[in-house]
Amino acid sequence: MTDPREGAAQPILKLRGVSKQFGAVQALKDIELDVHAGEVVALVGDNGAGKSTLVKVLAGVHQPTDGAIEFMGQPVTLDSPGKALELGIATVFQDLALCENLDVVANLFLGHELGPWALDEVQMEVRAWTLLQELAARIPSVREPVASLSGGQRQTVAIARSLLLDPKVIMLDEPTAALGVAQTAEVLNLIERVRDRGHGVILISHNMEDVRAVADRIVVLRLGQNNGVFTAETSNAELVAAITGATENAVSRRRARKLEEVEQ
Amino acid sequence: MSDTGNKAALDRSDSRVRHDEGIGGAIRAFIDRVRSGDLGMLPVAVGLVLIATVFWSLNPIFLAPNNLVNLLFDAAAVGCISLGIVCVLMLGEIDLSVGSMSGVASALIGVIWVKLGFPLPVAILAALSMGALMGMVYALLLTRFGMPSFVSTLAGLLALLGMQLYLLGSTGSINLPYASPLVKFGQIMMMPAWLSYLLAILPGAAMVWFGLDRMRRRAAANLSNPGLSVLLAKAIILTVALLAVVWYLSQGRGIPYMFGLFVALVVIMNYALTRTKWGRAMFAVGGNREAARRSGINVNRIRVSAFMVCSTLAALGGVLAASRLASSSQQAGTGDVNLNAIAAAVIGGTSLFGGRGSAWSALLGILVIQAISNGLTLLNLSSSLRYMITGAVLAIAVIVDSLARQSRASHGRA
Repeated sequence: MTDPREGAAQPILKLRGVSKQFGAVQALKDIELDVHAGEVVALVGDNGAGKSTLVKVLAGVHQPTDGAIEFMGQPVTLDSPGKALELGIATVFQDLALCENLDVVANLFLGHELGPWALDEVQMEVRAWTLLQELAARIPSVREPVASLSGGQRQTVAIARSLLLDPKVIMLDEPTAALGVAQTAEVLNLIERVRDRGHGVILISHNMEDVRAVADRIVVLRLGQNNGVFTAETSNAELVAAITGATENAVSRRRARKLEEVEQ
Repeated sequence: MSDTGNKAALDRSDSRVRHDEGIGGAIRAFIDRVRSGDLGMLPVAVGLVLIATVFWSLNPIFLAPNNLVNLLFDAAAVGCISLGIVCVLMLGEIDLSVGSMSGVASALIGVIWVKLGFPLPVAILAALSMGALMGMVYALLLTRFGMPSFVSTLAGLLALLGMQLYLLGSTGSINLPYASPLVKFGQIMMMPAWLSYLLAILPGAAMVWFGLDRMRRRAAANLSNPGLSVLLAKAIILTVALLAVVWYLSQGRGIPYMFGLFVALVVIMNYALTRTKWGRAMFAVGGNREAARRSGINVNRIRVSAFMVCSTLAALGGVLAASRLASSSQQAGTGDVNLNAIAAAVIGGTSLFGGRGSAWSALLGILVIQAISNGLTLLNLSSSLRYMITGAVLAIAVIVDSLARQSRASHGRA
């Protein structure tokens, strides 16, 4: 069970050779990923790089075709979302996965209600408000159906829900995509707070600024495979090169063209 | 009114939201909800008043106490079936075989109890188990083979009908003994006056009791309260209305035990749907199945439970129908039973699209259906007209449901 690599602290989550095939499409191939306690790992990559598939594998939504997943040093099979939640892997999905016909409290506690035979609505509402205030969320009423909330408010509800069970690892798939400036900052603060509590965080984002701001390590995926591990100090050009797979890419060409235009 | 005002309650910190307080606020919030398309029980309540007025003006006997008592007797059996339908509709599924299921249950009662001579409880238990088994089969066809419930239950409709004919054999019908408790239950057993009045007072008292408890706990948790006046007003209106109904019905034969059983089942189902984890999961699976799955809900288990509850209640409906008619016949559960049960749930406000509904919709819906059927019978209209009118009412109910759904979507209320 001990980690052979120079006695490093045991990672909470360890993936070795994880692959996922959808018919003829190899969505993930031999993915290696370590997440330690108190660490923010950013997962970046172009569209179709396999980020969301990897998240779904770790959330128990999809089952990997091959490979091993270790959680707290124990090999685990994540065969259902319930199993992943039980272990302490919480996820904020890109599509948020909220029930629009239920109110905020019901969504936060969905599947983990207090008092299975006589729901404790008062206690749940209090927990809901406390959790939302921790996130500095602006939700007008927790008794309105989620359908009446704006995109940003729904995002906050989804994030609050992932924190409810005090997970060991929390995965955020594009958590800031629908958020305003202040709320984005709140979410980044939140990620740091979660990390400081000793949890592992996996952050997926297209926003390099956000990634750089909080990530301890940046793992690049390209076409379903690992394409390097970087730190926040890595230059933008280098990251983009790893994401696109070439130093000569759309981003660099555009920059060169802009530079030329300025020089002329 | 409820806030003392010295410290903002936990849920009152957002100044942009209008907070409706007191009776005026409750009425204003209600009007807002209806305008945005969250109609709830309103259409069915209006419909019931409309139907009563029309039939009463055509034939005053319609509102005579004893006619209403008969109406309640007739409503219980199909109402039970409709209550089960609410469960499957909640998931956005359907069970088209409830009529045949009730027919099989009624045939089982006749065969096991009268023909084979087993004790009555054994027969009832067998009928209910048969229902549970059938529900399990539908659910497994859905979860294992992905067979749409529309198709599997349509197949079940035919299979069960065949089984009913097979069970009854060549005789075609079995009469149940008139002196037996089952037939008495379905035809003459009435609640004593004191029990009826007690049961009329109970809901209002329970409302105040639990309402006060809830207010106390909310205040202790620093949450706002809608105010004591609203609670008392609701309880008083409810109690007065129920007492009036009981008083009026006791001018006739009184309130049938069978209807009491049906209402008790509605109350239990309402509790299960709104106050338990299972009920929450039902709403979640109906609203967004994938989201429910990702929150760790065992979606398949919820589906199995819904189909089993539905078929079991359909079987119970069949038992009640047999006791009402004092016979198990080939006609039991055929004709319009199926559609009446489904129509009742939809007319009562349970959405065909899943995720919205209430146990009360079975009660209110079946009263509408039964009132129409009863009124048309009083007018000596043939069953051809009855079918057409019931069909039109169902169509109107579904249109109201669809329009309300569109309006909710545009008002951001899903």
